[in-house]
Amino acid sequence: MNIRIAGVDKRYGRARALEPIDLDIQDGELIGLLGPSGSGKTTLLRIVAGLEQADSGSIHFGERDVTQVHVRDRRIGFVFQHYALFRHMSVFDNVAFGLNALPRRERPSSDQIRSRVMQLLEMVRLTDFASRYPAQLSGGQQQRVSLARALALKPDVLLLDEPFGALDAKVRQELRRWLRHLHGELGFTSLFVTHDQEEALELSDRVVVMSDGRVEQIATPDTLYRRPSNRFVFEFLGEVNRLEGDVARGVLTCGDARLSVPGIDDGRHELLLRPHEIRLSDQPSHGAHLPVSVSAVVPVGAEVRLELEADWLGEPWQASVGHAEFDRLDIRRGRRLYAVVSQIHRFDASRPQTLMLEPAI
Amino acid sequence: MIAKILTRGHQRRVLPGFGLSLGVSLTFVSLVLLLPLTSLVGQLSTLSLSQYVFLITDPRVMASYGVTLLAAAVAALFNAVFGLLMAWVLVRYEFPGKRLVDALMDLPFALPTAVAGVTLATLYSSSGWMGGLLAPLGIDIAYTWVGIALAMAFTSIPFVVRTVQPVLEDLPAEVDEAAVTLGAADGHAFRRVLLPYLWPALVTGTGLAFVRSLGEFGAVIFIAGGKPYETEITSLMIFVKLQEYDYAGASAVASIVLATSLMLLLIINLWQGRFIKRLHGGRP
Repeated sequence: MNIRIAGVDKRYGRARALEPIDLDIQDGELIGLLGPSGSGKTTLLRIVAGLEQADSGSIHFGERDVTQVHVRDRRIGFVFQHYALFRHMSVFDNVAFGLNALPRRERPSSDQIRSRVMQLLEMVRLTDFASRYPAQLSGGQQQRVSLARALALKPDVLLLDEPFGALDAKVRQELRRWLRHLHGELGFTSLFVTHDQEEALELSDRVVVMSDGRVEQIATPDTLYRRPSNRFVFEFLGEVNRLEGDVARGVLTCGDARLSVPGIDDGRHELLLRPHEIRLSDQPSHGAHLPVSVSAVVPVGAEVRLELEADWLGEPWQASVGHAEFDRLDIRRGRRLYAVVSQIHRFDASRPQTLMLEPAI
Repeated sequence: MIAKILTRGHQRRVLPGFGLSLGVSLTFVSLVLLLPLTSLVGQLSTLSLSQYVFLITDPRVMASYGVTLLAAAVAALFNAVFGLLMAWVLVRYEFPGKRLVDALMDLPFALPTAVAGVTLATLYSSSGWMGGLLAPLGIDIAYTWVGIALAMAFTSIPFVVRTVQPVLEDLPAEVDEAAVTLGAADGHAFRRVLLPYLWPALVTGTGLAFVRSLGEFGAVIFIAGGKPYETEITSLMIFVKLQEYDYAGASAVASIVLATSLMLLLIINLWQGRFIKRLHGGRP
């Protein structure tokens, strides 16, 4: 079922929570709403759910105008950050709640309810826990119960409010993969809120980046990462290194650092780059003379994160290298090396610009 | 033995003052609660068993049990409904004057019960405002068990409100919302989600209100009128016997009130403990 959000906005008293927003979601799409806290993403989700009323604008589920439809008649599933399970009911009764709440005419027989609930519990791999109470389950298990409960009525639309926010990293990772899988299998249209960019990029078909009640960009994860439409999106999506200096005849100078940046007009500029767009070498390259010294070495799993310092840098750069590279260059604290930059971004022009400098090796 | 426990506690505990604070508390409990109770039992020991049974099964006393239980039960049920509603209003809605209403809820605790009794009696006697309105309809409140129940309800309403209110505040609005997103009608959500959750607090509050009503004296005597066999409550029986210097008789009746109240409190506590254990993950 596709969702069409047109001109939806919301105020709380004098504070504007949402600027008018337009968003079209295709049938079966998994959309992430990403933004810092207070960006209006949860408000938007709750308006789509019908838990809050928009001040103006309309929401359509398929052909159906649901703007004035009450939550309970919208046929949505909603998953809350803190699960919101019914603590006095067993897992089974929690999942069966929506089915039992149906008016008598539509309610399946108790045998049908039983088999439907057991099927859902199998799907979330909690069959053995049917008679337990929520307090006897771990956070990840509780969130799975909450998902099964939301899916029991076969909703057209599944809405999730920071579903994995309260869980630890490993469980989060696991549940993400599992949700992705489930989504592929059942094909519901889904909208979820997160403040974790990695989660949004990994899970979504498209991501809606929001800040201050505004949509900053709507794009696929790949486009979002490679071609952010503004500086906010670029900075919010990952770690950022800054390089500020004067450009003259295609060369940027900053203290004793030089970097050739063909195509950038003369004047003072601030350029941005991601940690993975920095390579290290024991000698300066043709286009770059960026002497740095390693001030911290943090091995994190498959890669090694480095902090680079230099007189010409306001704040240290973050870089990451593979283990092979790490060993070859004999990197340790205090080691002096040269940074080589493969790509650089700028947002101070009328439109964002990405410059390819030197190919990575 | 106690010294051993105390010194062991002293070595292990991080919080200081365990021995001292427990000692002071126990001394206080003994002086204020246990000592009067002991003297009550002491009075009873002057009676033989047959005398005791005779005193507590006296027809007039038996009638007073009936009146007291009926009025207290009605008052408690009324408070269960009204107190739940009041707690709900105070927790879930914002309105001007909310703080004031909240404070008013404690008034029955603060007001001398005799003042409440006199006020209610004046208001509901056939010449009072309310009594005057109801009398032509054939409804008598003052000097009937209804009046007694009314006075009891007045003094014990805070028990229900103040036990339900914090539990309701603890229940995240998300849980209500979850029920609604699952398509539950308001009535269904109330019966299946809200009520079971509030049930322990509601039963405890109602139980406390009931127990409090059983022993209520000041607020009730003025409106009850004290007609033997009809509107004579048990605490009034005790008072009457005391005025006649029949200490043993008064103690005998008092022991019944005491035993009933203690039993009820114990039952409420045990039952509530089991329920809460389930919410917190113990096996049912």
